[in-house]
Amino acid sequence: MNFYGYKRPDGRVGVRNKVLILPASVCASDTTRIIAQQVVGSVTFNNQLGCSQVASDQQYTMDVMAGYAANPNVYGTVVVSLGCENCQMDLVVAAIKERTNKPLKQVIIQEAGGTLKAIDQAVRYAKAMVEEASLLQREEFPMSELIIGTECGGSDPTSGLAANPLIGQLSDLIVKEGGTSILSETTEFIGAEHILARRAATPEVHDRIFEIVHRYEKALQLVGEEVREGNPSPGNKAGGLTCLEEKSLGCIHKGGHSPVNAVYDYAKQVEAKQGLVIMDTPGNDPSSVAGMVAGGAQIVVFSTGRGTPTGNPLAPVIKITGNKLTYANMVDNIDVDASPLIYGTKTMEELGDELLKLTQEVACGKQTKAESLGYTEMAIARVCNFV
Amino acid sequence: MLNAMIVEPKDNVVVAIEPIQKGETVTYTCEGDEKTLTALEDITIYHKLAARDIAKGEPIVKYGEHIGLAARDIKAGEHVHCHNLEEHRENLDAKG
Repeated sequence: MNFYGYKRPDGRVGVRNKVLILPASVCASDTTRIIAQQVVGSVTFNNQLGCSQVASDQQYTMDVMAGYAANPNVYGTVVVSLGCENCQMDLVVAAIKERTNKPLKQVIIQEAGGTLKAIDQAVRYAKAMVEEASLLQREEFPMSELIIGTECGGSDPTSGLAANPLIGQLSDLIVKEGGTSILSETTEFIGAEHILARRAATPEVHDRIFEIVHRYEKALQLVGEEVREGNPSPGNKAGGLTCLEEKSLGCIHKGGHSPVNAVYDYAKQVEAKQGLVIMDTPGNDPSSVAGMVAGGAQIVVFSTGRGTPTGNPLAPVIKITGNKLTYANMVDNIDVDASPLIYGTKTMEELGDELLKLTQEVACGKQTKAESLGYTEMAIARVCNFV
Repeated sequence: MLNAMIVEPKDNVVVAIEPIQKGETVTYTCEGDEKTLTALEDITIYHKLAARDIAKGEPIVKYGEHIGLAARDIKAGEHVHCHNLEEHRENLDAKG
């Protein structure tokens, strides 16, 4: 199976063709918002971090920034920094260049002479970049070029019964096509880690699965907290999910039945054509999705029981529910109804093939509902408080 | 009419797939056989109810796995949720 995508100079293939206005820190985020508003075809996000962070915390932020610039859905990037933040322009540029050789411009607000001059410079860079990007034509590529990020958010019991197993079916089909599927949300492996570990392709991957779960639990215990205090959420519980183990056993269905070939740290570059892999991300949706998109995912497949509008600045997000009431209630936000699996009116094979076809169409440019509504919210995982 | 489902045959809870009223017959299929029990209380759609009597301290089983422990004796047909399930973190390394 093939799709039409955009070839990048680093060899990867995008399904969208955006210019990223990248804020290096919170102090550049309002400026990038104003810049992106002036340039049709560009996109930005609100980076609340980038300064006053300890090394491991800053590393997450750096990896998301570099990964975003390198994501194949991006034609090129204009980095905007204030000038005095910890995520210094030269560090950000070096991190991006380690991952990609795509077009890259830089504007430092303090050196440009303040807000208006920085905006003027960045808008001109971005407009020129959008013009170049607009000349690029889609070409035909095999589905093996796709890296699919899988996510569940606002879960209820139908997520584990229908929507996540359907995502798992898609994951297996993508793996069969020779592509890559990422299973994420380490907090939602808790109580199900032994099942994933049994599917590890190597003893190293087996041990890493236990390690990331235990590390996550211990990190929260260090600050005197327990993971299950906020998870499941009140909405999960109102929907009928009682405890974390029940949520986890539903969550891991997104990984289908393929062997787990690798475990990646948060926001690290994921290799293409890897089959099923795990990324160590939080259960928090916007930051988990951001980690996978930074890893190179061009498309995100996202299940929801309660109904969530979440999108992403770079990757189209396909929304799926297994809850027939939620589908009817939030049809403007949700792309796929997986509830026929619960009521036996469609088979997994039928729905899986339909979802694979939709994924191919979205790869070719079809807008998802989150895209058409303009949802671009995101977050970046944290290690600890600011310093 | 089917109004509930069981995920794995060894589960001791079933999931309501329609709203179920107190006293109503709960019907689900397990390995091709139709099974029934009576709901002892109203069950919200997609919530769990006990498929059989579960003694205090016994594991609650869904997806064929332990999701927690019964915090008190639970009768077949009772709603199973936060009020009668005690969360319990198991060491699963040995099962790997």
